[in-house]
Amino acid sequence: MPKDGGIGASSKRREDVRFLTGTGNYTDDINIHGQAHVFFLRSDIAHGTITSVDTGAAEGMPGVVKVFTGADFEAVGGMPCGWQVTDKHGQPMQEPKHPILAHGKVRHVGEPIAAVVADTLEQARDAAEAIVVDIDELPAVVDMKAAVASDDVKVHDDLTSNLCYDWGFVEENKDATDAAFEAAAHVTTLELVNNRLVANPMEPRVAVGDYARGTDESTLYTTSQNPHVIRLLMGAFVLGIPEHKLRVVAPDVGGGFGTKIFHYQEEAFCTFAAKACNRAVKWTSSRSEAFMSDAHGRDHVTKIELALDGDNNFTAVRTETYANMGAYLSTFAPSIPTWLHGTLMAGNYKTPLIYVNVKAVFTNTVPVDAYRGAGRPEATFQLERVIDKAARELGVDPVELRRQNFITEFPYATPVAVEYDTGDYHATMDKVLEISDRDGFAARRAESEAKGKLRGFGINCFIEACGIAPSNLVGQLGARAGLYESATVRVNATGGLVVMTGSHSHGQGHETSFAQVVADMIGIDENMVEIVHGDTSKTPMGMGTYGSRSIAVGGSAMVRATEKIIAKAKKIASHLLEASESDIELKDGAFSVAGTDKSVAWGDVTLAAYVPHNYPLEDIEPGLEETAFYDPSNFTYPAGAYTCEVEVDPATGEVTIERFASADDFGNVVNPMIVEGQVHGGIAQGIGQALLENCSYDENGQLLTASYMDYTMPRADNLPQMDHYVVDHSCQTPCTHNPLGVKGCGEAGAIGSPPTVINAIIDALQSGGHDVAHIDMPATPARVWAAMHG
Amino acid sequence: MYNFDVETPGTVADAVAAMGRDEAQALGGGQTLIPTLKQRLASPSVLVSLSGVAEMKGVCTGDDGQLCIGGATTHATVAREATQYPALAAMASHIGDPAVRNRGTIGGSLANNDPSACYPAGVLGSGATVVTNTREIAADDYFQGMFDTALDEGEIITEVRFPIPEAANYQKFVQPASRFALVGVFVAKFADGVRVAVTGASEDGVFRWSEAEAALSSDFSAGALDGLSLSGDGMISDLHGTGAYRAHLVAVMTKRAVDAVA
Repeated sequence: MPKDGGIGASSKRREDVRFLTGTGNYTDDINIHGQAHVFFLRSDIAHGTITSVDTGAAEGMPGVVKVFTGADFEAVGGMPCGWQVTDKHGQPMQEPKHPILAHGKVRHVGEPIAAVVADTLEQARDAAEAIVVDIDELPAVVDMKAAVASDDVKVHDDLTSNLCYDWGFVEENKDATDAAFEAAAHVTTLELVNNRLVANPMEPRVAVGDYARGTDESTLYTTSQNPHVIRLLMGAFVLGIPEHKLRVVAPDVGGGFGTKIFHYQEEAFCTFAAKACNRAVKWTSSRSEAFMSDAHGRDHVTKIELALDGDNNFTAVRTETYANMGAYLSTFAPSIPTWLHGTLMAGNYKTPLIYVNVKAVFTNTVPVDAYRGAGRPEATFQLERVIDKAARELGVDPVELRRQNFITEFPYATPVAVEYDTGDYHATMDKVLEISDRDGFAARRAESEAKGKLRGFGINCFIEACGIAPSNLVGQLGARAGLYESATVRVNATGGLVVMTGSHSHGQGHETSFAQVVADMIGIDENMVEIVHGDTSKTPMGMGTYGSRSIAVGGSAMVRATEKIIAKAKKIASHLLEASESDIELKDGAFSVAGTDKSVAWGDVTLAAYVPHNYPLEDIEPGLEETAFYDPSNFTYPAGAYTCEVEVDPATGEVTIERFASADDFGNVVNPMIVEGQVHGGIAQGIGQALLENCSYDENGQLLTASYMDYTMPRADNLPQMDHYVVDHSCQTPCTHNPLGVKGCGEAGAIGSPPTVINAIIDALQSGGHDVAHIDMPATPARVWAAMHG
Repeated sequence: MYNFDVETPGTVADAVAAMGRDEAQALGGGQTLIPTLKQRLASPSVLVSLSGVAEMKGVCTGDDGQLCIGGATTHATVAREATQYPALAAMASHIGDPAVRNRGTIGGSLANNDPSACYPAGVLGSGATVVTNTREIAADDYFQGMFDTALDEGEIITEVRFPIPEAANYQKFVQPASRFALVGVFVAKFADGVRVAVTGASEDGVFRWSEAEAALSSDFSAGALDGLSLSGDGMISDLHGTGAYRAHLVAVMTKRAVDAVA
């Protein structure tokens, strides 16, 4: 039965009151008296040498405050990269300069060349049209293999090649892995593309820079998933502003999906220009700008091989992946195809030998970085597709092939450097077969065939790693930041609580679920708890929200801080009750003396803390406020099994998702309704990747999918009816190393679902006699039809 | 967008006069023009809004039994009120989304003649007549290629007259992103023959598939189309489908349109 409050209750999302009534406070809602507006003049050429930028005419245009070019930023730092990957020879990756405004060369369509600050946006646009930019166009390099094969076109002249790094993982396993392939009874090989995506959060990026001359303080309002990270990166590495003079605020943020993790030029520009102009400077991205300036996602080209012995046991996995970095390294770009991808190549299986090779490549395209799942969808897609292909080649049930290779004993150390703490993959497989009614599939296929349609059933597993940590380990792996999380719990005199978390909510519902956790621990109504986030002047240093880390890491910090609160409150209660501290029990918001009917209410204790008349001042300080930083000892490992049924129209190649089911193991669940919403949304994005979305460039580096006229977002009618869109999280093996036993759920749907859809399509096509072993995403009608008539 | 003046005439005569101003641009529902202006890809000096011209709005039946639709009539109105021509009403009801249908107009769509728009197929497939402030233009003469029509500078579509066929159907296979027609086929059966108009497919814009018309005129059944096919040459080839795929879809959609009413 659903609980009516606390952990496990499907409490309604309190933040939705303001979101659904138009009373949210998004960055674009922030207008500062006297603010100016900036328009960025962006390159429409993918690659070229800037020979001149003449701003003379623009500077005299009406309303113009100041015109900036790359030369204005020579004295400040470039955009920093937050992760250094070491290649298979032990050498650091190649790390090019990333200017705020292009200087010397332009390297992708959309790169800002100049910026006009004016009284109004229209005046800024008018003036930008008067800037004369001369660019000697150079050939562009877009294809990754071509970029590596030849140095004829170099994105960065000062680097030795277009290869950022050539990473081997685990290099020591390479020879043994090769030997296992030599000895294999069967080898399945698959070459595939993990399609490039544009995140497209509903709210485009916005930045408002403000500067107070009287106090020399800068403030940046920005659409960020991690304001403290922006403050650290921008303050310390770009603009040289000490953190105590720099405040970063990320208010209500309308979706991030990873692309709002990173520090962008526009943020640094607005902060810099506000001081230079002594006026607040505002930038709101248009949707067109978003397509060519938000970091893109995925874009891997992979060859994967799976070796099996004569009993169909997996003996080795070997992969070679080209990963697109785009023209510059976005903040966390190097880590995505390596530590968030290679470490997941064991999947749910006890494959003893794995070798992953990743070549990260510079091209004349928008930078590529984390997008919902970030490396883990790429790992899952190739592994679950090659297993499905192997099952078809061997003529065995794809479910049984997976089952016989499942990891069943935990903790389990994989050959790719991670240790799964807990899991039960048979349980999620059993559950998904039940809720998907696999037994009824044959009858449904017959019904589809009677209508002239092909029907396919796809199934696969997935595992992800969330709450990437501990900090000292990730530091050794190249991270240039810690990966802890923080919380301050401030109890007010009358008993209400304010929790200031370093996590950031941009759609996840933290204000509801985090309050449930704290309220549950104390035994008070969740409405007595307020969650504050997104402002470096209010919250302790936090690392923000991405990688499904918030409940596992941020929630754990909150638990630790609340435990400190409870411990101190017990001391106060023991004084008020004149009892030994060890006899004090907290239940349902009241402290009692064990074995007696003596008790004192939560509110009386909190009042005593702030009005300490009857209070042990000699032993403890007044007040009730505690901070905790939590650095996890391991990742968490959510896992699950997904199924999908598709219908394919053989006349047109059109694919429709008829049924989808997911059985996830997220460990303990705080708010089931929110978790189900996260999974529904994640699967929608996974279906988007599998069937619809594709960011496409032509050979000259022109972005072909630069608007919604050509970039296909998933819409409600691309998804199955809700009664055939079943998400289950009843299989729960709690995480063993965090206090809530939680694992994280934000990315699961986007990680697990793309291979499910493609597996189902292949099943459908083969049922119709089409000899199609693989189809690349997105499986558009045109591609499916071409595959059938290939 | 750049600055411009706006004229809001109440009559066709006033609209025509306003269109005489330098660099004047007629504004129907603005579903293409307004985004174009926002992107600064057009810079008219004056927009002449036709949405206030009462005599250009509405749906009625003419004395000759034809369906008459005012040039400033929205898709939503046609979908709701063109009950005497259900295939056309159904087509209008699937253009864009509700916001588009409540603003977009038949005259605006035809004047723009987007190669993937639905109305050109409905008008050409029906053998309708495009009525302007100066003349009547037969559909067969009106469409002259991608974004090209027989309209003269400043000429305004005041009305479109549709003969009512014995049977008709429109089948649209959508381009996944824009949901314009990747291929749309309008089939209309009249006493004197069958018309088949195709949108979305050709580099020359909407066209009639004469081989299919001949086959269907002698035998109005999907089977009559067996063996007929179009070449992919001259068909639009882009991210969403090759010319060969579009040519294939034309045949599939034509059969489905016939199947729906035969």
